[in-house]
Amino acid sequence: MNIKLRVWRQEKPNAKGRFVVYDFPDADPNMSFLEMMDALNNRLVLQGEEPVAFDHDCREGICGACSAVIGGKPHGPGKRITTCQAYVRAFREGDVITVEPFRARAFPVLKDLVVDRSALDRIVQAGGFVSVSTGSAPEANAIPVAKEVSDKAFDAAACIGCGACVATCKNASATLFVAAKISHLGWLPQGQAERSRRALNMVEQMGKEGFGSCSNTLACEAVCPKGISATNIARMNRDFAFALVSRAGQ
Amino acid sequence: MKLDAKTPLGPLPQKWGRHCAGIRLVNPANRRKYEVLVVGTGLAGASAAASLAEMGYGVKAFCYQDSARRAHSIAAQGGINAAKNYPNDGDSVWRLFHDTLKGGDFRAREANVYRLAQLSNAIIDQSVAQGVPFAREYGGGLANRSFGGAQVSRTFYARGQTGQQLLLGAYQALARQVGLGAAKLFTRTEMLDLVVVDGRARGVVVRDMVTGEITAHTGDAVVLATGGYGNVYDLSTNARGCNASAIWRAHRKGAFFANPCYTQIHPTCIPVSGEGQSKLTLMSESLRNDGRVWVPKRVEDCGKSPATIPEDDRDYFLERKYPSYGNLAPRDISSRAAKEVCDQGRGVGPGGRGVYLDFADAIERLGHKEVEGRYGNLFDIYHEITSEDAYLAPMRIYPAVHYTMGGLWVDYNLMSNLPGLFVAGEANFSDHGANRLGASALMQGLADGYFILPLTVGDYIAGLTSPRLGIDHAECKKSVDEAVHRVRGWIEAKGKRTVASFHRELGKKMWEYCGMARERGGLKKLAGEIPVLHEEFRKNTCLTGHANGINAMLEQAMRVDDFFELAQLICADALDRDESCGGHFRVEHQTPDGEAKRDDARFAHVSAWEHRAGGAPVLHKEPLVYEETVMSGRNYK
Repeated sequence: MNIKLRVWRQEKPNAKGRFVVYDFPDADPNMSFLEMMDALNNRLVLQGEEPVAFDHDCREGICGACSAVIGGKPHGPGKRITTCQAYVRAFREGDVITVEPFRARAFPVLKDLVVDRSALDRIVQAGGFVSVSTGSAPEANAIPVAKEVSDKAFDAAACIGCGACVATCKNASATLFVAAKISHLGWLPQGQAERSRRALNMVEQMGKEGFGSCSNTLACEAVCPKGISATNIARMNRDFAFALVSRAGQ
Repeated sequence: MKLDAKTPLGPLPQKWGRHCAGIRLVNPANRRKYEVLVVGTGLAGASAAASLAEMGYGVKAFCYQDSARRAHSIAAQGGINAAKNYPNDGDSVWRLFHDTLKGGDFRAREANVYRLAQLSNAIIDQSVAQGVPFAREYGGGLANRSFGGAQVSRTFYARGQTGQQLLLGAYQALARQVGLGAAKLFTRTEMLDLVVVDGRARGVVVRDMVTGEITAHTGDAVVLATGGYGNVYDLSTNARGCNASAIWRAHRKGAFFANPCYTQIHPTCIPVSGEGQSKLTLMSESLRNDGRVWVPKRVEDCGKSPATIPEDDRDYFLERKYPSYGNLAPRDISSRAAKEVCDQGRGVGPGGRGVYLDFADAIERLGHKEVEGRYGNLFDIYHEITSEDAYLAPMRIYPAVHYTMGGLWVDYNLMSNLPGLFVAGEANFSDHGANRLGASALMQGLADGYFILPLTVGDYIAGLTSPRLGIDHAECKKSVDEAVHRVRGWIEAKGKRTVASFHRELGKKMWEYCGMARERGGLKKLAGEIPVLHEEFRKNTCLTGHANGINAMLEQAMRVDDFFELAQLICADALDRDESCGGHFRVEHQTPDGEAKRDDARFAHVSAWEHRAGGAPVLHKEPLVYEETVMSGRNYK
């Protein structure tokens, strides 16, 4: 296949970036998109040029490291996939594919397609956990959890923390990410003791990190590689509202 | 040098308890004065870092990924074993212990494996309390399924993403400690060297992968939980970034490397499809619960569409050869059986390197919806990669490198022969012998991190007499200077080939001569060829970019350089181990029906290799002494 890649190149965090077009006259349709990027980088190095920096690791859609906007959409044209699961066969002969980093104020570009998503970690550090130190757990079957409830918790827990929801949101909001964690732990009996505190601390940290607010366009749900539902956002808003009210009452 | 495993005395069930009772403790008020460096934030590293910080020790955790939530433990699909015996099907600590020991072809340390089985239940308790959403029955209790090498259902799972959910549990526990200021996290940071003074591990040298800055960190103890070395084969199921550099550099500084030739080839992976391929994707072993593995009986049928091949013309070779375990025979045995039928010319798909994994019977028996509920995400992964629909036609699978049972030698306390250096998870050698059973990697990583290291690291620290090293110590400066020098050497490499081309060439050689079947002639050839290729790699690699910024090719060059040295040790170990056991199959040693033939008289030992600069490695043997079990034959028929 004959393909052109129009790739964002940026030397370092505050440097001025630009698009550079690279020709791929012989792209193999059965290659993954990132394998095409590997091939591009090998070619660039042999030509004495710097390879394109991009994040990736597991290459099977679960680690959440890969993060590129491909053809205007985070993770590319497929449904429910990550960048590493995009295949060249998803594109057409003669396509010019624009490849950019995830863009958000809270995700500064480090180089080329690599962005700093540590803000998401800091939101989890603010409250995305159950405070149960090693050794203090009761017998696992002591607290029954209905299968339906456990399944719903899992649906929310499937988030891989890639940040595609942020990249696609016009407000660069991390609401779907935060809501998924609040919802995952909020469904389970184990998460009840800290439910209010968790919602309060995580939502406030999201604001401090410079993410925007949610205006319910649901673009996040549409690009989420794990199909995290936007109904989690309603659960988050409810928990947050309850927490605010109960804090005001104290 | 005599290797002392420090196995406690007493009957197996009492060893760990007695050991804990005698372990030295550090007063809670004093713990904050000590600092533990934890390298790697997978299941073992994150759980150790979180647990040590909860106890009050200062913890610094390092990972090469951009977040502590991404280590490759996250990709484990199938499950985690525990001896809860919830299904009431006869399971017990003893049975889990014995299955694991037998699964490892009696090449693991008996006392370590028993402790692993003992700790398994507490891991499930801890994970559930953290909010890990394991699969449940309608009554609200936890669900179990069966896995390879066992005749009971003892595997806990969270759909096909058990590793992800367990890692997020450990990651969140660590995040809590970071938020409290008890642990400090260094992401995008790669370990380049271990600082050793007077034979003790005192710190690490790391490179900030964003700025390129190389610095030393000192601690009272160092924990390496940096995973396995499967990427020495280039194509494997590991993440692309997985590497052996942390344990290899520690080995060069004196830590013994045990059983490097024990590598696991997983039977159910998507076959290789092209030259530019960057990795192989695993299809969980859990699929073998309901999928049936077969190839055509006749070579001439191999090109036909599977649907047109009648039942009588199919060879369900695992069910035929191993009737009592069937499609759930252990990984090494299933992999070799697949290789055997493909070697006979009965393989399917491109190049004849594939066998069918067929769900037609399961769909008929359970219905499409139930099969989708159990394995939906795996069928999706298969579709994304191959663009084939496994609900309509059988999957094609082939074995691929998946896990490495070898690793740094550790004693019962998980401490290497270098005092102060602890090694956990896949990075150590301790519990899986010559073959790891399914759903036991997660169990081992978390047993090491949550329950063993927090006690044994404390025991070591309680006996310390010298203060922590200053980072301006001469040995720190020397290690930093050496690392800076190495980086500079690579960045100036202006040869004609890419790092990737060398890695691929090394991997192909390893797969051919030191993969599923190994024999003396091939291993000798390999042993001769690796140093030649390594020499060319050092002279003829081309790199661009800078040392003081993000440079993935530079990182990869240094990792592949270490893989070349490790490959030589793997080869030496495979040659030395003149027997077949588990994943190490020497074709010279097999039974008349092609099974691995152990030689307990000569090889019932751990092979621990000592690095000698400029010379051949020196072999030390730790005899495997079994007090309560017998090294029996390994029969799955």
